[in-house]
Amino acid sequence: MDTLIQKLLLIKTSKNILNVHSIESFGTHDGPGIRLVIFLQGCKLKCLYCHNPDTIETSGGMEYEIEDLVEIALKMKPYFGKKGGVTVSGGEPLLQSKGLIHFFKRLKEEGIHTNIDTNGRILNHFTVELLDNYADLVMLDIKSMTEDGYEFLTGMRNKETTFTFAAHREASGKKMWLRYVLIPEITNKPELLHAMGEYFKDYKTIEKIEIQPYHKLGIHKWESLGWEYKLKDARENTEKEIEEASAILSKYFKEVKIN
Amino acid sequence: MEVKDFKSGIWNKAVNVRDFVVNNVTPYHGTYEFLVGPSEKTQKLWDSCKAATKEERDRNGVRSVDTEIISTVSAFAAGYIDKENEVIVGLQTDELLKRTMKPFGGFKVVQKALSEHGVKPNDALTELFSKYVKTHNDGVFDAYTAEIKKFRSLGFLTGLPDNYARGRVIGDYRRVALYGLDFLIKSKQEDLAKIEGPMSDAVIRLREEVAEQIRSLKDMIVLGQKYDLDLARPAQNAQEAVQWTYMGYLAAVKEQDGAAMSLGNVSTFLDIFIEKDIEKGLITEVEAQEYIDQFVMKLRMVRHLRMSAYDEIFAGDPTWVTEAIGGMFADGRTKVTRTSFRFLNTLYNLGPSPEPNITILWSATLPQNFKDYCAKVSIDTSSIQFENDNLMRAHRGSDDYGIACCVSYQELGKSIQFFGARTNLAKTLLLAVNGGKCEFTGTQMVDGIDVDTDEYLDFDKVMANFEIAMKEVARVYNDSMNIIHYMHDKYYYEKAQMALIDTNPSINIAYGIAGLSIVADSLSAIKHAKVKPIRNEEGLTVDFEIEGEFPMYGNDDDSVDLLAAKAVADFNDELKKLPVYKNAEPTMSVLTITSNVVYGKKTGATPDGRAQGVPFAPGANPMHGRDSKGAIASLNSVSKINYNDSKDGISNTFSIVPKSLGATEEDRIDNLATTLDGYFSRNAQHLNVNVLNKETLMDAMENPEEYPQLTIRVSGYAVNFVRLTKEQQLEVITRSFHESM
Repeated sequence: MDTLIQKLLLIKTSKNILNVHSIESFGTHDGPGIRLVIFLQGCKLKCLYCHNPDTIETSGGMEYEIEDLVEIALKMKPYFGKKGGVTVSGGEPLLQSKGLIHFFKRLKEEGIHTNIDTNGRILNHFTVELLDNYADLVMLDIKSMTEDGYEFLTGMRNKETTFTFAAHREASGKKMWLRYVLIPEITNKPELLHAMGEYFKDYKTIEKIEIQPYHKLGIHKWESLGWEYKLKDARENTEKEIEEASAILSKYFKEVKIN
Repeated sequence: MEVKDFKSGIWNKAVNVRDFVVNNVTPYHGTYEFLVGPSEKTQKLWDSCKAATKEERDRNGVRSVDTEIISTVSAFAAGYIDKENEVIVGLQTDELLKRTMKPFGGFKVVQKALSEHGVKPNDALTELFSKYVKTHNDGVFDAYTAEIKKFRSLGFLTGLPDNYARGRVIGDYRRVALYGLDFLIKSKQEDLAKIEGPMSDAVIRLREEVAEQIRSLKDMIVLGQKYDLDLARPAQNAQEAVQWTYMGYLAAVKEQDGAAMSLGNVSTFLDIFIEKDIEKGLITEVEAQEYIDQFVMKLRMVRHLRMSAYDEIFAGDPTWVTEAIGGMFADGRTKVTRTSFRFLNTLYNLGPSPEPNITILWSATLPQNFKDYCAKVSIDTSSIQFENDNLMRAHRGSDDYGIACCVSYQELGKSIQFFGARTNLAKTLLLAVNGGKCEFTGTQMVDGIDVDTDEYLDFDKVMANFEIAMKEVARVYNDSMNIIHYMHDKYYYEKAQMALIDTNPSINIAYGIAGLSIVADSLSAIKHAKVKPIRNEEGLTVDFEIEGEFPMYGNDDDSVDLLAAKAVADFNDELKKLPVYKNAEPTMSVLTITSNVVYGKKTGATPDGRAQGVPFAPGANPMHGRDSKGAIASLNSVSKINYNDSKDGISNTFSIVPKSLGATEEDRIDNLATTLDGYFSRNAQHLNVNVLNKETLMDAMENPEEYPQLTIRVSGYAVNFVRLTKEQQLEVITRSFHESM
């Protein structure tokens, strides 16, 4: 039995395979232009607002040969134009960094733009190689500027990992976007927004920050997993609240986009 | 404006509008920001039009109808909407939105259409057409064989232009403005003098046709006089250029009521006159836009008298005033001008509209600012469509072309096409599994196909029988077309339009097919799964049981997409073997108009699991809901159909919800333009784009009065959504709306 599990683990960390939750062939909200978005299975965090909670468990998902994914990307290449390309999202894609190195390397050989949507909790020699050599863009999710807020939302401690990750990216000089889920009264507070702005205002690699206004579209997925949706009482932002948050962030970032 | 104002060329010596345009055009690469809103006159005039169209809707689709006069080029006194505000004048009759009798296509159809509105033609006309005058419809039915009638009445061939005008011919209306009618008459007289014996049928016919054309050109001078316009001479300024061009078009729609009466590609031509007047300081942008707004307004007010049965095939009262905009010259310059933008701007100044059927000739090398503006207009109005300019120029030869009807290339002034309606390819496939019999009636349609009693359908056997069925259906289809076009020339010749086209133009016949996605999925099911036919007592298939999975067209999977491409190639090959009247070149389209609904009704259950009566997908679209791998996979599947096998066009309608196109307006514009670049780089031919939420359509069904101008692209044209029948509205709503997130 143990050897079977070991074998399975071996397959999943193999450099020729990615464990995929789902594929979106016309992604227009996950990076620049039209993108092939590959949602990978598995995440160590369990964010309260997660709209893909079915990607959290590391088991499940579909194993894809990397060459098959490259082929899917090549079929889409005419639609990528000057800006588009491939985004890996999740789940947390960096859990499969080893496979992603191989995948992104192949995409770069084919002249395809690469992007990682991540929570930035992992920084080891695999992720460093991936980030520094093959990821044209990183979209880093800033969960919270306070440790308590971070733990409340993600279920894990140590928000500093995000900042270490950001610092590494900044030092590499390669492009980065920030993403921030805006929840009234929880993350949409002026002091938190100012704190985020102050922290990142001197970063040169940050092209823009994307505000992702909280929505409840994922609730049914939580229910079907039999999990409790703890953010039930949270509400969606009003237009005015979004505008006000955007106005604060505009003081610090080159571009603020409502996604 | 004098001839010396323009750079001279071949056009000065012989009729050649393309040469004039190539020598004098000012391509425009800038943004849309120069555009202006509607003038006060335009706004007042459009208010009158809106009030009149509301009355029309309130009166069951017909505001008024004339029962006394046969409509011809010079019939009817001048008509105005509101004379003092009209910068561009001319109506089909003496009154806005009045429909007229054009009985030479078929008098019974006119009687029927009138009776549906509680009136009848005057007695003298009824007597004339009952006893003495023969029509196109009479002629066709004199010549039709029993076999053709059988294929027609059982729904294998549908929408044949045998009781209405065939349309599709595009007069080169620019000629009226550039040359004036005196010159055109002289030119045709010279042509006529050169058509000499020996007097074969073809030579005699051509002499008669050119004589008719000359008579029609003279009639156009009379039409002009009614509006105090001297059309005998060339246009002398921008306003006249627009007015003269419109009068050429008006002559056509007064005489003919073809299903599709395209305009051509006038915007680049008109721009030359407008630029000249602006350069001379005679007009400003306000007047320039006013001419185009008012011209377009007139085009929106074109009406024909139709009977309600016609609406099943061509829903929403379309007129197909198709105007092709953009594209590239063979020399690498763009055909985009400021007036290309001005035409698109009418969709803001007057609001969205299905007519004119604005078609963007898309090329990777179009100016980016123009691409972005087209994408913006498409997103905002869902009123325009896109066709692949690079593809059509490369395969068809000319850079001066219009779009006949929905999707079909037609070189302007040099060639015409014969409209060929379409054949039901899904029903043809059913012949292959039913021993050549109609699946409903058991009528023997095709000989030489063995009765299939296998428990499960065998792919090779079905393919072999399908090929026999296609060959036979093609033969009957070709027979019907030869009769129809012979008779149309004889009884309802398009003399006004042909007068504005070279003598003896090249011709292609535009055959068509419907039901492609059903054929592809059915063949895939038979090949990749197990399909068990359920037969009734007579041995006819009434349903199919499918065991196992099979790939479906629309998911970028070659194992089924190539079956679709092959069916198109095979049927086209059969058609190409058959000689056509006047030596027309056979071409084919994959296009359904709105007839996908009525075709569905007339087709039994199919081996792909589609139940009897369910509507087909439109054009070359994958079947609703079966393209489950997203928008791009769906587009890629359609792009595999080879244009060379379907040179008359391959229609694809793409619907997407706004949010799925991008988060911001800028993203949406960028992503739509990039999608078009991507799709056309794969040699796809046509794309209708709808950017709409389903909820909007459902609300419009409930509250039509709030959406008088809501426009939606269907197969190759656009309609006012609220003018579709409930059934057609529901069919549109059930189509795949690409939605992510």
